[in-house]
Amino acid sequence: MEAPRIDSGRIAEVSRGLERSEVESRKSVFSVRDLSVAYRGKVALEGVDLDVHQNTVTAFIGPSGCGKSTFIRCFNRMNDLIPGAKVDGTVLYHGEDLYARDVDAVEIRRRIGMVFQKPNPFPKSIYDNVAFGPRVLGMKGSLDERVESALRQAALWEEVKDRLKDGALGLSGGQQQRLCIARALAVEPDVILMDEPASALDPISTTRIEDLMHDLKREYTIVIVTHNMQQAARVADMTAFFSVAVEDDGSGRRGILVEYDATTKIFTTPSDKRTEDYVTGRFG
Amino acid sequence: MLVAFGTLVVLLVDTIVTGWPGLGTQLITGLPSTVADEAGARPAILATLYLGAVVLLFSVPIGVLTAVYLEEYADRERWWNRVIEVNIQNLAAVPAIVYGILGLAFIVHGIGLGRVVLAGGLILTLVVLPTVVVAAREAIRAVPDSIRQGAFALGATKWQVVWRQVLPAAIPGIATGSILALSRAVGETAPLIMVGAVVYVPFNPTILGQYTALPVQIFNWTKLPDAEFRTLAAAGAIVLLVIVLTMNAVAIFLRNRYRKQW
Amino acid sequence: MTSADVSVARSAAGALPRKKVRWGEQLVHLILFVAAAISVLTTVGIVLSLLLPAIEFFREVSPWDYFTGTTWAPLFLDAEFGVLPLVVGTLVISFWSALVAFPLGLGVAVYLSEYAAPRATAFLKPVLEILAAVPTVVLGYFALTFVTPFLRDQLGVQVEIFNALSASLVLGIMLIPTVATLSEDAMAAVPRDLRDGGFALGADKLQVSTRIVVPAAISGIIAAFVLAVSRAVGETMIVLIAAGQLAQITFDPRETIETITAFIGATGNGDIPTGTIEYKTIFALGLTLFVMTLIMNLISIRLVRKYREVYE
Repeated sequence: MEAPRIDSGRIAEVSRGLERSEVESRKSVFSVRDLSVAYRGKVALEGVDLDVHQNTVTAFIGPSGCGKSTFIRCFNRMNDLIPGAKVDGTVLYHGEDLYARDVDAVEIRRRIGMVFQKPNPFPKSIYDNVAFGPRVLGMKGSLDERVESALRQAALWEEVKDRLKDGALGLSGGQQQRLCIARALAVEPDVILMDEPASALDPISTTRIEDLMHDLKREYTIVIVTHNMQQAARVADMTAFFSVAVEDDGSGRRGILVEYDATTKIFTTPSDKRTEDYVTGRFG
Repeated sequence: MLVAFGTLVVLLVDTIVTGWPGLGTQLITGLPSTVADEAGARPAILATLYLGAVVLLFSVPIGVLTAVYLEEYADRERWWNRVIEVNIQNLAAVPAIVYGILGLAFIVHGIGLGRVVLAGGLILTLVVLPTVVVAAREAIRAVPDSIRQGAFALGATKWQVVWRQVLPAAIPGIATGSILALSRAVGETAPLIMVGAVVYVPFNPTILGQYTALPVQIFNWTKLPDAEFRTLAAAGAIVLLVIVLTMNAVAIFLRNRYRKQW
Repeated sequence: MTSADVSVARSAAGALPRKKVRWGEQLVHLILFVAAAISVLTTVGIVLSLLLPAIEFFREVSPWDYFTGTTWAPLFLDAEFGVLPLVVGTLVISFWSALVAFPLGLGVAVYLSEYAAPRATAFLKPVLEILAAVPTVVLGYFALTFVTPFLRDQLGVQVEIFNALSASLVLGIMLIPTVATLSEDAMAAVPRDLRDGGFALGADKLQVSTRIVVPAAISGIIAAFVLAVSRAVGETMIVLIAAGQLAQITFDPRETIETITAFIGATGNGDIPTGTIEYKTIFALGLTLFVMTLIMNLISIRLVRKYREVYE
């Protein structure tokens, strides 16, 4: 088949990702088999299989409505909070069933943190925002140290260290999002999920967040949802492309996983034509 | 429609007229006891304040907890939760005097609490409880869901999310609603008449003692034929209006000041 | 420590956390449920406290006499228990106060919703709130000491000292905020498009307001009316002070009458010994009143739901 037409600019940008073999040599953090999610009977996502590995950045891309956000919420059981939501299939976290009946979902969320699309700092001080998690979970040790450590990791410390008592809502959008990241880091998670973390931010803030992801992946495992392909190409080691399948009989649209591979491959030589169409901008 | 201004005019007229016998004002604030010309309303004013305290003490916690339950915990599909919701809506429309009957039967005679301040306070609490619940619910609903999501995502339990994020954010709305409810409770007369706010109380009231409240006092004075008592009634009305309108003003001020900047 | 070691340490934090019973959470849930249940208990209490004595009452007085009798004289030796005079009194008051409240309230609502500039709104709304906040005892005083003499002396209307008209007028004014706010909510829910359609056809503001917006909001407006009537029926102090205590069947508002609420209020001041027939009349009347307002309230809620559904 002829090489797909992708401009070389993009190829240059994807050079930061790891090789697939390198990724797969790392431990599996999440192992998803035949996952489906339905809201009050209506199927939103179907038949997803993939593995997320330790200390990598995995990106979910795809057109809107394909279930990427629904999928990422399965990893920290946030879908439990939606009445009528049903998850079928298996999600293994470090080899154990995340959805087993006797698993404590509340504690899970400490280990698997989440950052949302629109920064949602609490209407409290910067300090109290970061300290909320440790306080509520009764973590021992110096609160001040935890707050500082989290803010440093989120590359926000220098900017706010003199005004920790100020209200968080007074920060700029980019700062607020880094604050939300710090907040998630303060409870010492294992994984950080990010649902379109930079889509509400300006380009400069976006770049800072992307750089942050590179730093953070040394210690954490990161999964992001993004609708910005260049972003996925820039930060992710592995990329999963989701799309929408429309039933022929008109019974609705379901999200499906089309292709999952090393980022470089997805953007240069994708195996599936749908993927190729999407990344070359022919649709979506 | 200039008809709207008609209401304004009437209100002003009202104020002017009640203001005229305001000669009586001096008689109110100080003098304690009753006897024709020398009557004062201090016991009544004190009792009204006590009643207000009782109402505040009971209606706010119960009302807020009920609102939290309905907004954060109750599964709408369950029938008992729908019963509770419908109930509150209906209770809001029950005439105050029916609460008075309830009080007469259950609290005064039923548990034998008698015609005391506490009984009156409890009945007034029930009268304004639906108002507090509605106001609290709206305040809670106004807290953006993103805050809750953020807190849950950190591993907080439901109550932690409610107690540490939702309620603190809802406090201005709850405060406004509570003060408005309180101002209504303070102005209520009918239930208190039923529950036995006695006519002649020449001594300062205590929580478990007999009493008469300001609105009742005004009512009693209005019934008496003497012109001096008309003046007294008017003066009492002014004091009551001041109390009520001040509370409303505070509530409205709070509401405007804290119009949230989500 | 290499990054691999750190990450191992993190994930080795143990197997998946098993569900623990959070007793604190269970307790909280229970407490909240109890708080909410208090409202149910209140209703049960009201129903019980009204029903039981009322049943006893109806053992002594036949329901037929009660509902169709035209004389209400329970405290006399030759006691008669026909409730009609009281019901008529209540209805007369409601009618006249509605006559005041509906047009004025709707007028204010239309003005606020369609015409008023933000400054006027910011001024009017607090005025309405103040009007709504005035205690009814003060309004009753006002009706007796100002409105009645005014009607007599300034307007030359031959009213009794205690008459239905003064009370109705003041009560109607008290209800204006209720009618206005609910109607305004209903009208605000009418989408812009409808108005724009009217304007585009060349209609002026008055026509758009009265022929498009009001009809579109009609179920909400009717709900407001019903609610106002319900409150008029249940109102005690104004009528007790200004309308009088003469239970007679008359439709002339200048005469003295007695409403259900006024009788309850006058009689039930705790002096009547329990167990007597007079005492039980309070409950029979209370029950009648409760049922009346309940029905009206249910109608009103139904109507509100209807207008909400149409536009949401």
